[in-house]
Amino acid sequence: MSRKLFASSRNLPILVTLGLFIVMFGLGSIAFPGFFSIQNFLNLFIDNSYLLILAVGMTFVIISGGIDLSVGSMLALSGMVSASLLEKAHMSPLFVIPIVLLMGTALGLFMGYLIQAFDLPPFIITLAGLYLARGLCYVVSLFTISVKNNFFQAAAHAQVNIIGTNFLSPGALIAIGVVLIGFFVSRYTKFGRTVYAIGGSEQSALLMGLPVARTKIATYALSGFCSALGGIVFTFYTLSGYGLNGKGMELDTIAAVVIGGTLLTGGVGNLFGTLLGVLVYGIIQVLIVFQGTLNSWWTRIVIGFLVFVFCVLQRLFEARKGATLGRNTAREPAKAAAGR
Amino acid sequence: MPEEMPVLSMKRITKVFPGVKALSAVDFRLFKGEVHAIMGQNGAGKSTLIKVLTGVHEQDSGEILLEGKPIRPDSPLAAQKLGISTVYQEINLCPNLSVAENIFAGRQPTRFGGIDWKEMTRRSEELLKRLNLVIDVTQILSSYSIAIQQLVAIARVLDISSKILILDEPTSSLDETEVEQLFKVIRFLRDEGLAIIFITHFLDQTYQISDRITVLKNGEFVGEFRTEMLPKLDLIAKMLGKELSEFSYAADNDQRKRAFAIAGKDAKNVLNVKDLGLRGSIAPFDLNLNEGEVLGLAGLLGSGRTEMARLIFGIDGANQGEIQVKGKKAAINSPRSAMMAGMGFCSEDRKSEGVFADLTVRENIILALQARNGVFKYITTRKQLEIADEMIKSLAIMTPSANNRASQLSGGNQQKVMLARWLATSPIILILDEPTRGIDVGAKLEIMELILNLSRQGMGVMFISSEFEEVVRCSSRIAVLKDKAKIAELNGEDMNESSIMRTIAGGN
Amino acid sequence: MTSWRSLSRTKIVWPLIALGALLLLNLFFTPHFFRLEIKQGHLYGNLIDILKNVAPIMLLSIGMTLVIATHGIDISVGSVVAVSAGAVAILIGGDLAGHPKYPIAVAMIAALLVCTAAGMWNGMLVSRVRMQPIIATLILFVAGRGIAMVFTNAMVIWLYAKPFAILGQGYVLGIPFSIYIVAFVLLLTFIFTRRTAVGMFIEAVGINPTAARFSGINAKNILFWVYTFSGLCAGISGLIVCSTVMSADGNNAGNLYELDAILAVVLGGTSLNGGKFYLFGSIVGALIIQTLTTSIYAIGIPADVSPVVKAFVVWAVCLMQSERFRTRIVRVFVRKGLSA
Repeated sequence: MSRKLFASSRNLPILVTLGLFIVMFGLGSIAFPGFFSIQNFLNLFIDNSYLLILAVGMTFVIISGGIDLSVGSMLALSGMVSASLLEKAHMSPLFVIPIVLLMGTALGLFMGYLIQAFDLPPFIITLAGLYLARGLCYVVSLFTISVKNNFFQAAAHAQVNIIGTNFLSPGALIAIGVVLIGFFVSRYTKFGRTVYAIGGSEQSALLMGLPVARTKIATYALSGFCSALGGIVFTFYTLSGYGLNGKGMELDTIAAVVIGGTLLTGGVGNLFGTLLGVLVYGIIQVLIVFQGTLNSWWTRIVIGFLVFVFCVLQRLFEARKGATLGRNTAREPAKAAAGR
Repeated sequence: MPEEMPVLSMKRITKVFPGVKALSAVDFRLFKGEVHAIMGQNGAGKSTLIKVLTGVHEQDSGEILLEGKPIRPDSPLAAQKLGISTVYQEINLCPNLSVAENIFAGRQPTRFGGIDWKEMTRRSEELLKRLNLVIDVTQILSSYSIAIQQLVAIARVLDISSKILILDEPTSSLDETEVEQLFKVIRFLRDEGLAIIFITHFLDQTYQISDRITVLKNGEFVGEFRTEMLPKLDLIAKMLGKELSEFSYAADNDQRKRAFAIAGKDAKNVLNVKDLGLRGSIAPFDLNLNEGEVLGLAGLLGSGRTEMARLIFGIDGANQGEIQVKGKKAAINSPRSAMMAGMGFCSEDRKSEGVFADLTVRENIILALQARNGVFKYITTRKQLEIADEMIKSLAIMTPSANNRASQLSGGNQQKVMLARWLATSPIILILDEPTRGIDVGAKLEIMELILNLSRQGMGVMFISSEFEEVVRCSSRIAVLKDKAKIAELNGEDMNESSIMRTIAGGN
Repeated sequence: MTSWRSLSRTKIVWPLIALGALLLLNLFFTPHFFRLEIKQGHLYGNLIDILKNVAPIMLLSIGMTLVIATHGIDISVGSVVAVSAGAVAILIGGDLAGHPKYPIAVAMIAALLVCTAAGMWNGMLVSRVRMQPIIATLILFVAGRGIAMVFTNAMVIWLYAKPFAILGQGYVLGIPFSIYIVAFVLLLTFIFTRRTAVGMFIEAVGINPTAARFSGINAKNILFWVYTFSGLCAGISGLIVCSTVMSADGNNAGNLYELDAILAVVLGGTSLNGGKFYLFGSIVGALIIQTLTTSIYAIGIPADVSPVVKAFVVWAVCLMQSERFRTRIVRVFVRKGLSA
């Protein structure tokens, strides 16, 4: 019986998120005329395309039991570098985009190496990465660089019709593509499954002979790649590079991932949850805009509150898991009680 | 059974750690189709022997022959590749993955470049069916009981191909029916010709499942026996390293006299435990302790001694029973409340539960008293030094000064520091879990002398030790534990090593 | 090895040497760094600038020291700074004539109460709900800035109540007033931790939580109050930040301060793994960071770029604290010694 209970509770966070999204969309549709439309739904993808891409990379890192705080400023740096190479060095997007992606991957790789090889806390290492990327933005330029490159202009304004005249932007399509690829990787590759194994128990993963070191470093490289790609998509969206772009976005990303049902302690989560988390994040913003009198900063408070609710939910699940494994972990509560 | 060639033979294995000779010239043989138990007390070298075999440690000398060929695995993975697999007590699988994935992690079947989940499910079910286990393999591992998780771990290593299966304390968190389920699988695998090494603290289980027993003591090889040829009593004697006839029946006379004296003048009861128990930890027990008495807790490793102490001191929450201190019911639900009620407790795990390595000896000593006084009744540094110096002197703690860090002290002296921490609070009940473990002989004697002194001053002491000799020498009464339950109390003439052993061997 | 470690960990020597080296570099490269002038009866110059700007970080690092000593971390302090600034600003009000809406003292106390409550929230999550400190404080990190912006209705509030400016802009005997506040808080904290058993208990919980529990220490309460205190420190810090610029900008006030504070504590010799803590070390650590920032500025590099330098400092400090890194370095030296 307890097995069935747990089986359902495993997907419960995602169901809660899905329910939350439907309720919010429904409430919005009832309360505000003009809220309910397919385009309004598709706009969630368009307006949050870059966030979705960051969240995919972040999901891998968090499932492996780590965290990457550098994604927001990496997004800004990618935008800055793209803009600068395009507008100041007049390079072709054909070169700019691979260069930027490579740069992001390399920085992620470097941080992953530090974390894995020297057993350092991911939190601090990537926080320094946040600083580095943010500072480097201003090394590139202290001011906004607007992007006039034809390809980027085209990407920014293009509309791809999906259902009738309802459309998605190229950025949104890229984001959806990233989610799908991410889902395949997480579910159908050994790399993806090893990420889950490490998050479940790094010690066990090692003893099972899984390539722990390589995989851990690769998740940070992947997250670096995603933030760089997010930066490019963000540039499609805003057509400019600026050092303050994506400020605090690392937390929006983490929040979206957590709301999507991924455990911050690692091992549990999936990319459709993350997609839902991003949609919930998006719809909160839209609702507050439609509501009109509340200032947009309520979004952050609501997001903070949701993170709190989901974290408490997760603690409850852990407690229940602890209960089913009670006999094995009889001594654990004593250690946990001390608050580590 | 004809003397065929053993599938594994370890010859004259020696392993030295800094300061300790963990194994000296130990021999071990393992045959196809047998369950071979390795028995021994703490520090006997069981786990070191296994670690050498599985490539965690490398032996300093001696050789390992697998099917006649010398091997030298340098990691658990290498050992696994050679066909030597281990299933540990703390199951080394990922609780968040499905059963099927845990079996196939790293070797998942693929199709069209992606993992073939269907195939994986099918093959897992097949594998588990061999072990007589029919479960939904797509569920995550943690949704199953420890017993099933263990079988999954076995299935995994069997699939990787296994010549030797090592089961390290597999039953310590299983209930009876689960143990039976596991044993069924073990017998089945044995009959299929697998060679199995079985390590357990449970005496009865050894007799239920094993064909052969190797006994180790203090890193030395004591002997290899066929299980049915070795009576339980002999086994215990060999584990303790003595022949039965060697035991002196004359215990410490002074102690005996005092015990009678205490009993005579209706001694004041300081601790009365009624029906206290925690499911999965220790069966409900009664216990009482008088002023000036040393109550020894005797039992083999894993018999429930530590669990008993933890329950009384409020570390683990009991799910039944009550505790009375000095005749009054005490609500003990945390170490703090136990301390407030007048108890002290020195844990057996000095390093992770006792000493604060980075704090000074003075701070280590003063901590419990300060915690008892509360944050604001600050004991001034001068007063702290006074107390610490007094303790250092009276317990003969070897330290350059009270302001040295505790991590710089030897094990015996750290033990004394922990004792001093509790003595500073002048408790009425002191629980000492293996205070003599891992310290040199001189220090052992000092600590035992100290225990007797404390009891003479009227303190009620509970003394836990793996060395029955020590228990007998110090105690005025002995509670005997076996397989996570209190099975008897010995006093008077019965307080000797051989009757403890008889009680453990016989009392079923 | 042990003597080197004990020296490096127990003495304030290392941070002082680092600070000295930094000043020495300035002596060579930017001699004007040390110039002091008297204008309008106040001392002016880079050194005074450092003192003037360092106070908020110092205050945060005092609270953070105790949190880190328990093997925790508080990443919400930057947001709480913004909350404090926002709260005090709306209570004083933006009256152009400088008449405060509520008495300045009342406004300040109210702001501090709000921040203490924020600290209690963190403390409750860590000690009672038993969340990981990073996750627990992440919630206010996200929501805090939102709360600040809601307080100020997403506008920058300018203050004209002159007396309030003393906090961040006043001088006493040529030294910024804020430094006196830091000294006061530091002294109180020192007395409170070192002249009572609090400090020892905090260290005990940080070194070995199990042993602390077994010794009868109420670890939960220790954790709760440590986070509460950190919130209070962030509150005071926020008042000074607000007073220095006489405005409250919920978006930028205290931005990235949490990393500065953590860095200051680590530079000061307190290990991220908890245990022995060094309040004065943290103060010196804060000085190092501010001197670094000011030095970079003095050399002529834009202040926005200074995070790049900080990032490398963080990585270097982390590597120094990594056991694995040290053994590897030792191995390299040993090998060299053998071959030579």
